[in-house]
Amino acid sequence: MTALLQVQDLSVSIQGKRVLDKVSLEIQSGEILALTGESGSGKSMTALAIMGLLPNAAHVEGEVHLHEQDLLAQTEQQMCAIRGAEIGMVFQEPMTALNPVQSIGQQVAETIRVHSDATRKQAWARAADVLTKVGLPQDRFPLGRFPHELSGGQRQRVVIAMAIALRPKLLIADEPTTALDVTTQAQILELLKDLCKSEGLALLMITHDLAVVSQMADRIAVMKSGQIVEQAVTQDLFAQMSHPYTRALFAASAHQADLADIDLGDPLLRVQNVSRDYLLPRPHPFAAHPRFPAVRDVSFDISAGERVGLVGESGCGKSTLTRAILGLDPVSAGDIRLDGAPVYSNGKPNRYIQRQIQVVFQDPFGSFNPRHKVERLITEPFHLLDHPPTGTARQNAIEEALEAVGLSAADAQKYPHAFSGGQRQRLAIARALIIRPKLIVFDEAVSALDVRVRAQILDLIAALSREYGLAYLFISHDLSVVRSITDRVMVMKSGEIVEHGETARVFDKPEHHYTQNLIAAAPRLPELGERHVS
Amino acid sequence: MIAYVFKRLTALILSLAVASLVIFLVVEVAPGDPASYMLGINAQPDTVAALRAELGLDVPKTQRYLNWVGGMLVGDFGTSYTYRSPVSEMVADRLWISLPLALMALALSTLIAIPAGVLAAARRGGVADAGVMSATQFGVAIPNFWFAMLLVALFAIKLRWFPSGGFPGWDDPAAALKSLTLPAIALALPQAAILTRVMRSSLIDILGEDFMRTARAKGLSRRQALWRHGLRNALIPVLTIIGLQFSFLLAGAIIIEQVFFLPGLGRLVFQSISQRDLIVVESVVMLLVFAVITVNFLVDLAYAIADPRLRRRA
Repeated sequence: MTALLQVQDLSVSIQGKRVLDKVSLEIQSGEILALTGESGSGKSMTALAIMGLLPNAAHVEGEVHLHEQDLLAQTEQQMCAIRGAEIGMVFQEPMTALNPVQSIGQQVAETIRVHSDATRKQAWARAADVLTKVGLPQDRFPLGRFPHELSGGQRQRVVIAMAIALRPKLLIADEPTTALDVTTQAQILELLKDLCKSEGLALLMITHDLAVVSQMADRIAVMKSGQIVEQAVTQDLFAQMSHPYTRALFAASAHQADLADIDLGDPLLRVQNVSRDYLLPRPHPFAAHPRFPAVRDVSFDISAGERVGLVGESGCGKSTLTRAILGLDPVSAGDIRLDGAPVYSNGKPNRYIQRQIQVVFQDPFGSFNPRHKVERLITEPFHLLDHPPTGTARQNAIEEALEAVGLSAADAQKYPHAFSGGQRQRLAIARALIIRPKLIVFDEAVSALDVRVRAQILDLIAALSREYGLAYLFISHDLSVVRSITDRVMVMKSGEIVEHGETARVFDKPEHHYTQNLIAAAPRLPELGERHVS
Repeated sequence: MIAYVFKRLTALILSLAVASLVIFLVVEVAPGDPASYMLGINAQPDTVAALRAELGLDVPKTQRYLNWVGGMLVGDFGTSYTYRSPVSEMVADRLWISLPLALMALALSTLIAIPAGVLAAARRGGVADAGVMSATQFGVAIPNFWFAMLLVALFAIKLRWFPSGGFPGWDDPAAALKSLTLPAIALALPQAAILTRVMRSSLIDILGEDFMRTARAKGLSRRQALWRHGLRNALIPVLTIIGLQFSFLLAGAIIIEQVFFLPGLGRLVFQSISQRDLIVVESVVMLLVFAVITVNFLVDLAYAIADPRLRRRA
């Protein structure tokens, strides 16, 4: 039997730069092939090349056959007839993948109307069927809903409905669950699997997440620098891992940072019965503002040198709590103290306390002013000091901070664009470290990084904590990361901490049903008899 | 949606009330007594006093403000000090020229700008884009009175297609439209140039959005995706500029009115200010404020129609 999709020696170069190098793969009907690898390895390029949606400047060689059709030989007009009808595509970012000014019914019906002469009425009826099939029944999600009225997971279902409305033979899903919470991710993955089974759909699934890959795929292709380095049936691939790159990826995904035992010091941060309400817009001009409780009666301590995690899904109140701890926002009730002094007083952050707490954010690209040199960027916290170091003392502080995070003193004269994502995150840590805080808050600090870089940054954080006796609060939606880097973990849901305990205990024997659900939903790497780390 | 309209409407009425108060106060504190200005410097004090009484200038200020606002609500804008004729009639006469002129100019500028902006954005970096962009440079740079004179020289004097100035009245609609054509073109040119640039950059932003890629993945051609998904999203900033331009065109056309000898609103304001005809100034300014606020209200409604996300929050 010939494969549904056959890609033979597909090469793509953009302005002389080779981004895909002789990629060959095939997918049978009803099969799930996962394409995995780090960012920039060419996964999305492969998908766009199959769809014929590469940028105009791209030069393509090789062959792409869907059934007997040579896709690369089709005219643009013929490709328009194939896209959406024979190949559907689902994208990473459900929040922006839908047109905000059209209803979901209109957008699903459009796929149908573009490819057939169905009347508006027929198209709407079909759209209603498809939306019901992807889990958006008409009684709760009528066709007239707009994207902004739906959650991220619901929007992703709409995108999937658009892609499968015409029962295509091939579905390409580019990081379809990366932007979603774990429980939503589990539901969407389940939906995709079911569709493959019930519709006989072939699925080309692109994802960087090996745990997701291991649960979903029949076969896996690992990409690196535009080439497929290894391709095999899932179980075989995990059993053999013949290519060192695959082994490195796997090792990094399962990485456990080396946390030395610590003697707990005195309580450093003390959060007592903290609540924070937000005022919502008035429903009519004479009504009182309704209140939304973002954080409800949260209490915990962090001792000097302690490594604490905070997990929860989007909207659970993590960010609100973080802002309150950093003294950026007032609290509605309760008290947050560091070393006995309030972090927020008289309507502004307490400067003396801010010296002791620093923060590292998620986005390594957005959190630096691109027009400043590293030297200036990492010394920003000095403005919190009464007598910031000058001259040689300042130079020494910069050198020491850069070397502590594994960069060199010479990097001080560079601009942020000269650094990779992982290096920028090192810069962000250097910036936090330079005034020797007692506590660092890591807010999704490794979520945007590739697995291998992520493992290095986690090791760095663990090492710095050991050397400087640093306490940290590690906030993340990613359970496996939190597990690998903390002693104690708190689970947050709807503004409350529902479970709190030693990390190993919470993960192995979760008590609260919400924690149990979270852990059950999180994709897991297969256990292997032996792991080789190259 | 109803709550949204209600909120916007409340804001509209409040702004009008505040505006009327500000206009009244500003005009009151301006130096110069209309009665003594009208009678000349040699007038007898009792003659001035008599005229002040006749013009209603001797009652307390609060009373005058209430009389003025109350009068406007029933369509009575008072009587011009200089011309001794009802302000409402004077303004209505002028409005019949200025309003059609502003609408023609706006329609023209929109009809040029939207296709030109879409073309430039769709062919970004190409020859069409470069052509459109340099044309808009000219449009912004050329003073519109000079462009008006060029239009007169070509179409009125050389080709004799349109009159060079004046307004024959609406008794003969064809002739009236003809005499407004050149001024409308002169007014529209710089507006079209600005609007084209706004349209282009707004659409370029939208073309980079994820949902445009989704539309292509559905099987829409580049052109279909642009018209069905791009345009409506890109129109929102364009609507803002159209609203601002209308307000400007209504009262800011004084130079073009001067070039074409059109008795429009701009000239009326100018003459009334130089003659201390305060009641006309007050009324015309109030009318313009009303027009601006109403247009903004309509733009807000247009936003809500274009973008469902705005319907809920106001």
